[in-house]
Amino acid sequence: MKTVTFTIDGKIVRADKGQTILKAAEAAGIYIPRLCACKDLVPHGSCRVCSVRVNGRIQASCVQTAAEGAIVESETDELREYRRNIIDMLFVEGNHFCMFCEKSGFCELQALAYRFGITAPKYRLLYPKRDIDLSHPEVYLDHNRCILCGRCVRASQDLDRKNVFQFVERGCRKRLQVNGEALSDTDLRAADQAVSACPVGALMRKRVGYAVPVGRRPYDEVPIGRDIEKKGEE
Amino acid sequence: MAAKPRIATVSLAGCFGCHMSLLDLDERILKLAELVEFDRSPINDYKDFRARCAVGVVEGGCCTEENVHVLERFRKQCDLLVSIGECAISGGIPAMRNNIPLRECLEEAYLKSPGVYNPGGVIPNDPEIPLLLHRLYPCHEVVKIDLFIPGCPPPADAIWDALVSLLAGRPAAPAYDRLKYD
Repeated sequence: MKTVTFTIDGKIVRADKGQTILKAAEAAGIYIPRLCACKDLVPHGSCRVCSVRVNGRIQASCVQTAAEGAIVESETDELREYRRNIIDMLFVEGNHFCMFCEKSGFCELQALAYRFGITAPKYRLLYPKRDIDLSHPEVYLDHNRCILCGRCVRASQDLDRKNVFQFVERGCRKRLQVNGEALSDTDLRAADQAVSACPVGALMRKRVGYAVPVGRRPYDEVPIGRDIEKKGEE
Repeated sequence: MAAKPRIATVSLAGCFGCHMSLLDLDERILKLAELVEFDRSPINDYKDFRARCAVGVVEGGCCTEENVHVLERFRKQCDLLVSIGECAISGGIPAMRNNIPLRECLEEAYLKSPGVYNPGGVIPNDPEIPLLLHRLYPCHEVVKIDLFIPGCPPPADAIWDALVSLLAGRPAAPAYDRLKYD
């Protein structure tokens, strides 16, 4: 297979031709923060957390393919601030009550906020009024926590072959919609990849919460992305 | 020897859990008492300030008019103000009413809720009772806050680290495993 060579923050990285910058960085042990990108899903570059500068231009590294000789910047003060601002905006835009959320300690949004050292919201909290769909016997959908990453939409279509979720409306009114009156009308099952694809506590299995004690959850001691960075140190 | 810096603490719309976490410092609370002089605080039950303070620690957000007055008084009386816990920082549980109209909340609590005995159908409105605001405000949306210690409650170690570095004049970013939102 043909390979291309480029640099990320001065480090030489090799990628297969057509491979995205995010994937190539990951293979080289460089972690680029991301939210809407998820293993096994086709990336769609919507959250912009994985933004990098490629030859001076800002690109979403989950969709941008690596090009021969490209100069990629990732860990700069500017990009760190952009990413942090996105995380900040996602927090104030929804109702994220970590203190009682079953996803706490497993949540990728929370883990990113920890990694960025966020101690307080930068923007005004909006406290939007959103619904919770408890109709399904095995799964619930809490729109308060949904960050519109589209991972469940893609997982349901591409992996589960069910098409349970879709986005409706636009801009600040954009929201997740299920294919039916309520979640119970759909053929969603708790074991579906769409459920496990949710990075936050929006799409959750019922009756399995709080199983892991505080202190032993994935992001209690170890920052998100550390596993990828470790590969680079070996 | 120079006078010890004074510290004041208060719980606004909180559950006193953050103050419990402060007590969870265990024997370090004695060390803290050596480092600082406690001014107004639920710990010594002083109801008002005795002198200007170096540090004010605020638990809980503002859900009543009285909360706002107390917070503004803390801002005036303290050199540095610290928001501690999720309620002070992002509203926490009391903020769950923020997208429900106040009248609906009161009707649910005093008229409609199962088990309510209120034959007169009266919603309490005595001037002695602090007036509820239409929604809860995090402290930093009311006054300037200098330092935030998140957590529900923040671990005692996080409070210790923050206070000690603050008193030493070098506010430090929290260690990864001490930064918690739950």
